[in-house]
Amino acid sequence: MAGDVVDLLAGMALFADLQRPQLESVAHTFDEEMFSEGQRIIRQGFQGSNFYVILEGEAAVRVDGSELATLGRGDFFGEVSVLLGEPPTADIVALRSMRCLVLAGGDVAEFLVSQPRVMLRMLQAEARRLRATIEWRS
Amino acid sequence: MAQLDDRPFPPGRYPLVVLGSGPGALQLSHSLSRLGVEHAVLSEDERSGGMFRRFPFFQRLISWSKPFAVVKRGTRWYERFDWNSLVSDDPNLQALVPGFMDGTSYFPSRAEMQRGLEAFAERGHIRVRYRCRWESTRREDDGTFTVHTGDGDYRCSTLVVAVGMTEPWKPPDIEGMADTPHYVETEAPETYADRRVFVIGKRNSGFEIADGLLPWARQIVLASPRPARLSILVRSVAAARARYLQPYEDHVLGGGTFVLDAAIERVERLGEGYRVHATGTTVPGSMVLDVDRVIAATGFGTPLRDLPDLGVQTFFQGRLPSQTPFWESPGAPGIFFAGSITQGSIGLKKYGRPSGSAAVHGFRYNARTLAGHLARTRFGIERPEHYLEPDQVVDFLCQEMARGPELWHQQAYLARVVSFAPDRGIVDDGILPLQHFVDEGGQDAVAATVETGEHGEIRPAVYVRQGGRVTERLLDGDPMHDFATAEHRKQLSAALEPFL
Repeated sequence: MAGDVVDLLAGMALFADLQRPQLESVAHTFDEEMFSEGQRIIRQGFQGSNFYVILEGEAAVRVDGSELATLGRGDFFGEVSVLLGEPPTADIVALRSMRCLVLAGGDVAEFLVSQPRVMLRMLQAEARRLRATIEWRS
Repeated sequence: MAQLDDRPFPPGRYPLVVLGSGPGALQLSHSLSRLGVEHAVLSEDERSGGMFRRFPFFQRLISWSKPFAVVKRGTRWYERFDWNSLVSDDPNLQALVPGFMDGTSYFPSRAEMQRGLEAFAERGHIRVRYRCRWESTRREDDGTFTVHTGDGDYRCSTLVVAVGMTEPWKPPDIEGMADTPHYVETEAPETYADRRVFVIGKRNSGFEIADGLLPWARQIVLASPRPARLSILVRSVAAARARYLQPYEDHVLGGGTFVLDAAIERVERLGEGYRVHATGTTVPGSMVLDVDRVIAATGFGTPLRDLPDLGVQTFFQGRLPSQTPFWESPGAPGIFFAGSITQGSIGLKKYGRPSGSAAVHGFRYNARTLAGHLARTRFGIERPEHYLEPDQVVDFLCQEMARGPELWHQQAYLARVVSFAPDRGIVDDGILPLQHFVDEGGQDAVAATVETGEHGEIRPAVYVRQGGRVTERLLDGDPMHDFATAEHRKQLSAALEPFL
């Protein structure tokens, strides 16, 4: 895969602990996809969704049409439904042209086990999201 | 004395121009003609067939055509078992490739495939202006396109690019790749006799080269950063196909072939041979290998020429154009794609499985669906409506899910759509992209398709759109893939209960 993807990955918190050969492996393990403005990437209630990392662009998180959050470069999504084996509870919609890396849902667990530093980073990110949700509700 | 040019389509103005003469272009041209859409087809090649005029290098395909199947050859249901013929509702053009196969394999040889494509073009009276090179493209103020060719200018309102992923591609960030031969530069097998051969890439072209050189090379090493993905394990045609797995077995049994997970850092000339520097990925560590020959089996890109200047966006290192569900460039409306390039329209990609659009068995249906879309939306040609009675719907859809070649070859990508509009009745809307159905809204309708689930189970699925909201209903599979049992009819009837 082109070096620009590896360089982009190197600048992301999720992959910050990986050396360049591991980053290259990650870049080849994921596929690259483009989404145009308004395109749905993950569909609420549909099984078989995947895990995404945003390389460029922005996306909205929408539940039953209501926008809850915005995601940008370096953010990831889809991991909750993939890890729980359940359909996604939200739509993810491109707010403008987006470039993402995508990993098949069924490959996520094996990938995380093979890259424990990425798994730790993901766990930290999930902890921050949980804390933000608790603070918002309290 | 000047010779008369008897080629069709002299430069001028046409409603639609198709670029290419491979299977994607032939299928599209034929389907457009059946719908009465006037168009010109231009190709820089000498004859039809595209990449199949030269590849696969070792002269046999990886997709099968079964001369004998459980359904009659030449019927629509038979297309499910014949992955290589172009498709038509004209009986004279159906299932042509098996007719040229000599019985030595159910994988056609390259020559048999080429003969099948040429016969389709000839018997189907598909006219192509050959030896006409597309050089540049311009968008005019009125929104039309001017296609500049070696023969002159062509003006059109709709342009379909079907030139295939035909441009040899090598990773630009690996030092020394410029001097490394690409797959297309592979030489006769005997020239690799008693040589150490390093193949960069572990997809089908890499394994094809390794498989073909097993009787010749002294040692073969295949390497790329990602572990090899095997079709029989990941249950996807996008992975390395079983036909080429002998080098992998040689590797796992310690036979002397190596299949490595390594990032290639540098390829340098060393006397008559090469020195390859790499770093292990799944097993860390540096490695330096001295070999006699290196082959970059690193794939192909799309020769888009100046289309990015017109707004065509690309991804996959610029190798594929981004596309809508109807294979149109989002950034350059009016420019569409056909053939293997349509793999750039990703679809739902459920369970991570790509569409079959990279190969004939998938993109032949994209082309036919595109022809219908272009006829309807750009030329006002509507196909005759096919009405269904309420008591016909369940049986019709069950048969489609059990046998429909479009649904089997383009799983979770194309769907059979039936709409339920109070003012129109129940209408078979034909084969449409599933992504378009679930994301674009519309009247009450159902889309039926076939899917392969997370654990490899093949099953029917329906998407029910009611009041603008689409819900997914996965039906049970069946050990013999019979999706028209009483239980399937019962499940489908329950899903369609709001409409019937």
